[in-house]
Amino acid sequence: MAANEAELRALMRASLAGDAAAYRTLLSRLSANLRAYYKGKLARIGRSATEAEDLMQEALMAIYTRRHTYDPAEPLTPWVHAIARYKLIDHLRRTRASMADLPIEDAEELMAQDDYVGTESANDVTRLLSELPDKMRRAIQAVKLDGLSVAEAASRCGMSESAVKVNVHRGLKALVASIAREKRI
Amino acid sequence: MKTEDLISMLSTNVEVVDHRRVGRNIGMAVVAGAAVAVATVFFVLGPRADLTTVGTFIPSLLKVAFTVIILVPASIYLIRLTRPGGERSSSVALVALPFIAIMLLVVLSLGFAPGSHWKATILSDEWLECVISIPLIAIVPFAVIIWAVRQMAPTDLARTGAFAGLVAGCLSATGYALHCADDSVPFFALWYGGTIALCTFAGWQLGPKLLRW
Repeated sequence: MAANEAELRALMRASLAGDAAAYRTLLSRLSANLRAYYKGKLARIGRSATEAEDLMQEALMAIYTRRHTYDPAEPLTPWVHAIARYKLIDHLRRTRASMADLPIEDAEELMAQDDYVGTESANDVTRLLSELPDKMRRAIQAVKLDGLSVAEAASRCGMSESAVKVNVHRGLKALVASIAREKRI
Repeated sequence: MKTEDLISMLSTNVEVVDHRRVGRNIGMAVVAGAAVAVATVFFVLGPRADLTTVGTFIPSLLKVAFTVIILVPASIYLIRLTRPGGERSSSVALVALPFIAIMLLVVLSLGFAPGSHWKATILSDEWLECVISIPLIAIVPFAVIIWAVRQMAPTDLARTGAFAGLVAGCLSATGYALHCADDSVPFFALWYGGTIALCTFAGWQLGPKLLRW
């Protein structure tokens, strides 16, 4: 797959308008680019593919939780690249690696390659999910894992529709934070 | 967890997102910070006497105008910095220019004044109060702005923190200008400029700690 800025940007715009299918396609394509990017960077300093997979998942979650910071008037590639690079530097700093061997790079580099061969990540979301407050856990389970609509989830969980939305949003943020916290230990 | 599972979790029931939220939220934080700074000056320090007479109103207005000239481009730059990669699409010169212009004015006005007057204009009775008040008043606006920036995704944390400090310092100085009774340009430039620079430095130091995501 040759990276196609225009195509990815159209997918992102559709996603921001609430198109779930477009978002799934976009995330799956970006995950391949990110995997290749992180594998390449981490292999150079002798890190494992699992670590690259963890980092890629963290970047995907950031692309999800911070998607309101994308300006549709701007190209998508530099935005994704800035997030990917930020998460890489943050990860290296956290794991006390030298950043001297991370050269200045072009945003295009991220899209130049992809890798669809996934490794199982060490992130155990099922366990982390079980540690969330009850309301958040049930809302995420219903909407994000069982695929119920917000209205169905509201009646199943006995919450209002806006409470379901708020709990899903807060729960995902808490999930991302707990993954980041686990890695710091 | 498999990445496929993560993707399907993230892409189930995607909510509509408003990208204008970035500018709006940061803008609202700046306005709220301004309200806090002005309220602190009015209710804690008290506005300067005779603020409504022409003799004090015009110089106060000029001081406010100077801080606002720095504040507006700094706020716009801050909004850009809160988006990933925003540090690449803008130049610091835009914000540095008003600062340099004010410093040039000082040099000029000092050049016109006789040397024996320099000490009197710069070290007037008010300087210590100014140096203490502006950073203190800036704390709450800084906290409000940092809170808003944390909802976004800055990728150059030190620079973003510095601009949050710069904006907070300007807001504080704007409020303080309504209290401060010293209208000489060298005083204003040195102590206002100095304390705003100090706030910027503090933000630069705190940014990487406060803004991680």
